[in-house]
Amino acid sequence: MSGRDRVLGRVRRALADVPADDLAYETAVDRGYAREHGGRTVEETVDLLAENLADYRAIVHRCTEDEVSDLLMRLYAERGSETVLVPPELPPHWLAAADPVRIHDRAVSTPHQLDRVDSVITGCALAIAETGTIVLDGSPDQGRRRITLVPDHHVCVVRVPGQVVASVPQALERLAPLRPLTWISGPSATSDIELDRVEGVHGPRTLEVVLMSGA
Amino acid sequence: MSGGTFVGMPAFPAAAREAVGDTTLRANLRHATHTIRNKRARAVAELSDWDLLREAGKQIKDHTLRHLDRYLVQLEESVERAGGTVHWACDAEEANRIVADLVRATGETEVVKVKSMATQEIGLNEALEAEGIRAYETDLAELIVQLGRDRPSHILVPAIHRNRGEIRDIFRKEMADWGRPAPDGLTDTPTELAEAARLHLREKFLRAKVGISGANFMVAETGTLVVVESEGNGRMCLTLPETLISVVGIEKVVPGWRDLEVFLQTLPRSSTAERMNPYTSMWTGTTDQDGPNAFHLVLLDNGRTDTLADEVGRQALRCIRCSACLNVCPVYERAGGHAYGSVYPGPIGAILSPQLRGTGSDIDASLPYASSLCGACYEVCPVAIDIPEVLVHLRERVVQGGEATRGGNRVMLKPAKGHAAERAAMRAAGLAFARPGALRAGQRLASRTRRLHPRTLPGPGRAWSASRDLPEVPVEPFRDWWQRTRGDGSGGTTEGNAQ
Repeated sequence: MSGRDRVLGRVRRALADVPADDLAYETAVDRGYAREHGGRTVEETVDLLAENLADYRAIVHRCTEDEVSDLLMRLYAERGSETVLVPPELPPHWLAAADPVRIHDRAVSTPHQLDRVDSVITGCALAIAETGTIVLDGSPDQGRRRITLVPDHHVCVVRVPGQVVASVPQALERLAPLRPLTWISGPSATSDIELDRVEGVHGPRTLEVVLMSGA
Repeated sequence: MSGGTFVGMPAFPAAAREAVGDTTLRANLRHATHTIRNKRARAVAELSDWDLLREAGKQIKDHTLRHLDRYLVQLEESVERAGGTVHWACDAEEANRIVADLVRATGETEVVKVKSMATQEIGLNEALEAEGIRAYETDLAELIVQLGRDRPSHILVPAIHRNRGEIRDIFRKEMADWGRPAPDGLTDTPTELAEAARLHLREKFLRAKVGISGANFMVAETGTLVVVESEGNGRMCLTLPETLISVVGIEKVVPGWRDLEVFLQTLPRSSTAERMNPYTSMWTGTTDQDGPNAFHLVLLDNGRTDTLADEVGRQALRCIRCSACLNVCPVYERAGGHAYGSVYPGPIGAILSPQLRGTGSDIDASLPYASSLCGACYEVCPVAIDIPEVLVHLRERVVQGGEATRGGNRVMLKPAKGHAAERAAMRAAGLAFARPGALRAGQRLASRTRRLHPRTLPGPGRAWSASRDLPEVPVEPFRDWWQRTRGDGSGGTTEGNAQ
């Protein structure tokens, strides 16, 4: 007998007490919990996102779409980044003013090559205000999962207010499960040593989030 | 070395007695549990609908468990449709065999691992070692445990029993044997220690061809697996290697995508007291040119179906491994995680381990007693597992024996031997309470001989008093005192109470 048959057989025998007409999924769960917590205007939701991102030590910037290129140039200059990883379809005008050498996200790049890049820039799928989370779904303006992981500095541009949702339930409604998803809330962190929080063990030690409003 | 089943562990009372005498351990634990506990309360208070989320989480898990066969089959179809391969393992040995064969098929002799309770439970690292495959733990705390040839002592922060000085010593002494040595002049500041771990592990991540993980959730509807973490080591292991093998307990399945909205709100707040953990990865099968090109899911039973067969005890399978119950437990706080003799310590371990492994060993028979039944664990549980109810249920099982399921078969358990004295004492008490004269005579005798009473019981009572302080017998039995002060006649004198 296969492992599959044995495990499923055991499950079925273990559940002999459950009646066949047990509650269906649709009625088994009371979903009276909130779709979002508290009433906020659109501006307040964006403010809350900024506040919660900063609370977990992401560095938050705000600009209009016209200003984004200059802002990014300044961020790279301040950090001394000479190379920046770029996903396949990042809007070209974002980096129009930036000096660093663009490294393209290519399947053949080895992790060691990615490790030598100074910074990475991406867009995002959406951002969640209540938790201070940005979500990447591998779309062409975000690239493969590994490019936002190996370099030490990640700049993520969030279009506000269009890409901002209030809560986790609202986020899941808008995401496609079949895409690989990465939820990021602040930079990499650990609390394993006497519960003192230390930023950056394995992922990017610096996360900068640009909240970009239309023109 | 991390161990699977902690073979040869003494029963809880002996292990706890030793741990309670370790003042460093107690200080480390007290600091840690109180810190997380207080932060957690604040994080939970932010959500006005916490009770509704908790109830929904409970209902989702209960519903899934009651139809587990259906959801496992659906999960299998979804994962395979998305390009993954599903394997089924009845027990630890079978799971370890499947994983070792999968690794060997890649031609690799080393793997990187995401922290996973399931692989700890089955002793995967040791099994792989026996096959000539080295498994590197990449979570900082698991690294500390692995380098220190130690065992984890907490679900969320496995090295909680170590302070920074101990961690520095372990890094200095052991890192070189496992790869890149610790930097010269390493101090004990958390920042430097984390940096040393980053350098040590990064070279492993960058060359790794095989990653091994567990999962926090599996969605039957879509085939999506979810791993929540903080450090990014999980993302490294899940996305850089060419082959990914996930070993996951069958109880981790949830029916629908939407169900994640409940647990992604309750898990981080209950466990690390954060609004959201820094990184959550979700993947469905394989994705072209992004992440591993081979994905294997090993569905693990290993005692879970036996637990499922117990109508009272099955609620333990709702557990989402947040560890909130450990941090509020007065027993865990003093005894520490190692005393539980299992990868699952604390209140949840006290009900999960004896169900997964049976109550045949001394340590497993003692675990249902490793509690004061104060109920704090139930109060904080984000899926409302009534841990005290299950503890009492398991105590009854240990003392009286009865029907249970082991290895998929119904068996009749005998009463545990060590508890014969307790049963005899209870019978004697029953007799005495039914005969007031005998009780009065006995109490008076006890008062008059109180200076002669030993601190521990002799003979068969020794086991009982080994983990308890015997109560002091009062100078005068209550019923005599009542008779003397409030009863007819005598009253007045307090001479008898003067000491």
